[in-house]
Amino acid sequence: MKLTLHIWRQNGPNAKGRFVTYTHDKVNEHMSFLEMLDVLNQELIERGEEPVAFEHDCREGVCGMCGFVINGLPHGGRKGTTTCQLHMRHFSDGDELTLEPWRSAAFPVLRDLVVDRSSFDRIIQAGGFISVHTGAPPDASTLLVPKDDAELAMDYAECIGCGACVAACPNGAAMLFMSAKIAHLGMLPQGKIEADRRVRAMAEAMEKEAFGSCTNYTSCEAACPKEISISAIARMNADYRRAFLPGKPVGGGKLEKVKLLPAT
Amino acid sequence: MKLDARIPSGQLPDKWSSFRDHVKLLSPANKRKHTIIVVGTGLAGASAAATLAELGFTIKTFCYQDSARRAHSIAAQGGINATKNYPYDGDSVWRLFYDTIKGGDFRGREANTYRLAELSSNIIDQCVAQGVPFARDYAGYLANRSFGGALVSRTFYARGATGQQLLLGAYSALSRQVAAGAVEMHPRSDVQDIVVVDGKARGIIVRDMLTGELSAYAADAVILATGGYANVFYLSTNAKGCNTTATWRAHRRGAGFANPCYMQIHPTCIPQSGDYQSKLTLMSESLRNDGRVWVPRKKGDTRNPNDIPEEERNYYLEEKYPAYGNMVPRDVASRNAKYWCDRGYGVGPSGRGVYLDLKDAIERLGVETIRQRYGNLFDMYERITGENAYEVPMRIYPAPHYTMGGLWVDYHLMSNIPGLFVLGEANFSDHGANRLGASALMQGLADGYFIIPNTIGEYFVNERLQEVSTAAAEFKDAMADVDQRLKKLLAVNGTKTVDHFHRELGRIMWDDVGMSRNAKGLEDAIQRIGQLREQFWSDVRVPGDNNELNQELEKAARVADFLELGELIARDALAREESAGGHFREEHQTEEGEALRDDEHFQHVAVWEFTGEGKEPVRHTEPLVFEAVTPTQRSYK
Ligand SMILES: Cc1cc2nc3c(=O)[nH]c(=O)nc-3n(C[C@H](O)[C@H](O)[C@H](O)COP(=O)(O)OP(=O)(O)OC[C@H]3O[C@@H](n4cnc5c(N)ncnc54)[C@H](O)[C@@H]3O)c2cc1C
Ligand code: FES
Repeated sequence: MKLTLHIWRQNGPNAKGRFVTYTHDKVNEHMSFLEMLDVLNQELIERGEEPVAFEHDCREGVCGMCGFVINGLPHGGRKGTTTCQLHMRHFSDGDELTLEPWRSAAFPVLRDLVVDRSSFDRIIQAGGFISVHTGAPPDASTLLVPKDDAELAMDYAECIGCGACVAACPNGAAMLFMSAKIAHLGMLPQGKIEADRRVRAMAEAMEKEAFGSCTNYTSCEAACPKEISISAIARMNADYRRAFLPGKPVGGGKLEKVKLLPAT
Repeated sequence: MKLDARIPSGQLPDKWSSFRDHVKLLSPANKRKHTIIVVGTGLAGASAAATLAELGFTIKTFCYQDSARRAHSIAAQGGINATKNYPYDGDSVWRLFYDTIKGGDFRGREANTYRLAELSSNIIDQCVAQGVPFARDYAGYLANRSFGGALVSRTFYARGATGQQLLLGAYSALSRQVAAGAVEMHPRSDVQDIVVVDGKARGIIVRDMLTGELSAYAADAVILATGGYANVFYLSTNAKGCNTTATWRAHRRGAGFANPCYMQIHPTCIPQSGDYQSKLTLMSESLRNDGRVWVPRKKGDTRNPNDIPEEERNYYLEEKYPAYGNMVPRDVASRNAKYWCDRGYGVGPSGRGVYLDLKDAIERLGVETIRQRYGNLFDMYERITGENAYEVPMRIYPAPHYTMGGLWVDYHLMSNIPGLFVLGEANFSDHGANRLGASALMQGLADGYFIIPNTIGEYFVNERLQEVSTAAAEFKDAMADVDQRLKKLLAVNGTKTVDHFHRELGRIMWDDVGMSRNAKGLEDAIQRIGQLREQFWSDVRVPGDNNELNQELEKAARVADFLELGELIARDALAREESAGGHFREEHQTEEGEALRDDEHFQHVAVWEFTGEGKEPVRHTEPLVFEAVTPTQRSYK
């Protein structure tokens, strides 16, 4: 099948970008979307042009490295599917596709379809962990976790940190990403101990990045390739309010500055 | 080359505890003074970096992805072994040890393997404490499943994303140390060389993948946890970026490469669909728990599998191996699939496939239970093939997956270059000639959380290390080497892409250095790889510049190293005149076509020494001494 591709080309972080149009007539329905781009890139190199830069690694939908916007939708908009897992059988001969990088102030473009998502790492560094040292924790079976809680924690823990939620959000908010981690750890007994500190520290770290605020568009949930539910955000809000109840030590977070939460 | 495995004396079960009782310790103040470079943030690297930082060392960590969380360990699906014996089905440290050593066809080191089994339970405790959401039963206890090569249920799992959850656990521990200032994290950093000063590993040369800038980093020790080299096949189940560069460059600087020919071809992957194919996708082996493998009894049968009646199906594993059935180890399952496909019984468009059928399990347990156990695998299968495996059996075929070989290390996980430690899949140590399912995650975390933190200190106590700075000549020289090599890659400006050469290499490897090997094919492969390498250096086209994000240049540097390693793999396979585990020499098989070892001549680790560009490498050996077990012919009947 034959496709027309409008691809965002940008040489570097400070260069000016533009769309360049390519016709691609070597597309086969069994290819993955990235394989379709591989074939295009091979042709470009053979023609003496620069290949399109895009990120990928596992190509199995789990490392979170791939992802760009296809016709306005992060990862192409197929339910529960990352760009690397998207296959060409879902497109038709003659389709015209526009590919552009995640568009978000917090994710500066580095080249073509590649963006800088290090802000996600900084949010996790602020508190996305349980403060346990390596050593000799108690036998795992001394800690019982109700099956339903464990399953729900796993639902949230499946976040791959790809950034589609931010790319989909009209405000460029990172609430789904952040709340997924908070909900995962907060669902588990071993994670509850630090819940207050965690939510405060992470919210504060997020505030320092160029993310927007959440106003309940819920487009993050629709775009998430792991189908993480926005119930994570509701959970986080509950945690967050509790963390600031009178009598709780505030430590670290400046209360009045944090205004990130939707008005649910 | 001096190869002293430094195995502690004493009875096998006491070795590790006696080692820990007597190992020399470093004072907290001295720990702070020592800087350690950790290359890699997979399970092995992230767990090591986090733990060593907690202990007070100054850590610098590097990975090629944009975030530590994306290391290839993230893709592991099925699970992690541990000898908790929660199901009360007869498991023990000894049994896991024995299964592993036997599964590896008695080509692993007893002491290392025993220690791995011994530490397995601690790993689960550690991960649970970190918040890894393992599967649980209704009473809230941890659940287990069984995996190939074992008769007990000892595998812990988190849906089909165990590697992801374990890695995110290690990444969270690492992130905590980054925030505490104990770890300096360098993502998007491609390690291009290892620097050796006065015979000791003292640093690395790194290319900043965004700007192309080369930098040198000095330290008191270097830990490589850079994963395996299955991508030498081009098509494998590994992430696209997995590479041998760090281990191969260390090899060129003097580190022995052990058993490079021991590679695992995994039996349950989605078959290739076309020439454009960029990677192969694993369907977790856990499916073999409930799935039955078969081919039609009639050659070239193109009927819809659901229309093929029971008596016309050949459940070849169940027939040939009544005791283990579909649960035989990976090497055995893979070779049998190849056997039937080679004879024309394969299924699917290419004839390179066998069925993995869950129909009986669905009837027995109901769709819901199967969905709970394997839902994400079925979804993945559907995304890739467009077929619904709840209705038609999956088609699977073997694919390169894991490398048991790697840099040689002793009991302390130190290579033969003092100060160069190697962890995880990058080392050779624990799995012999074949790895059992769910044991790589276990090994990576055992190495990083529990072994290296106990062994590295003594190195600093024993060696009085001089200060080194990156201004030293060795750093300058290494940097110049790297710079020259990258410039040379850009300067060729030939006609063929990097992928072209990588695919060609993969084809040679698959045909002649793959699941079954013979002397003629291997000799031929050595020739052809040499020629391909020459063509590469005279005709490759790498577009773009050095001073920018240049993904083709990154690939080119990796493929250049694979083109050297590929030849060494073939040489090792040629020199090992026996069959063992994943290494199958057609000349050496039993009457029933099983791997036939030659313990008299090959009960050893083969360790290769680099002797210079264009020169034949030298093969050294470390004898394998079995004190606690007696090597037998593996039987899964
Ligand atoms: C699809 C799949 C499924 C699997 N499932 C299982 C399973 O269920 N159970 C099991 O036990 N095992 C499984 N395995 C095997 C297991 O996942 C790996 O062996 C293990 O995760 C390797 O971990 P590691 O820490 O050694 O290396 P990796 O996780 O591969 O990490 C390597 C690290 O090194 C870095 N690196 C590499 N080269 C460079 C360089 N030149 N410069 C800078 N950084 C570099 C990378 O950035 C990365 O951080 C699976 C493997 C695959 C491919
Ligand atoms: S490449 Fe890993 S999620 Fe797509």
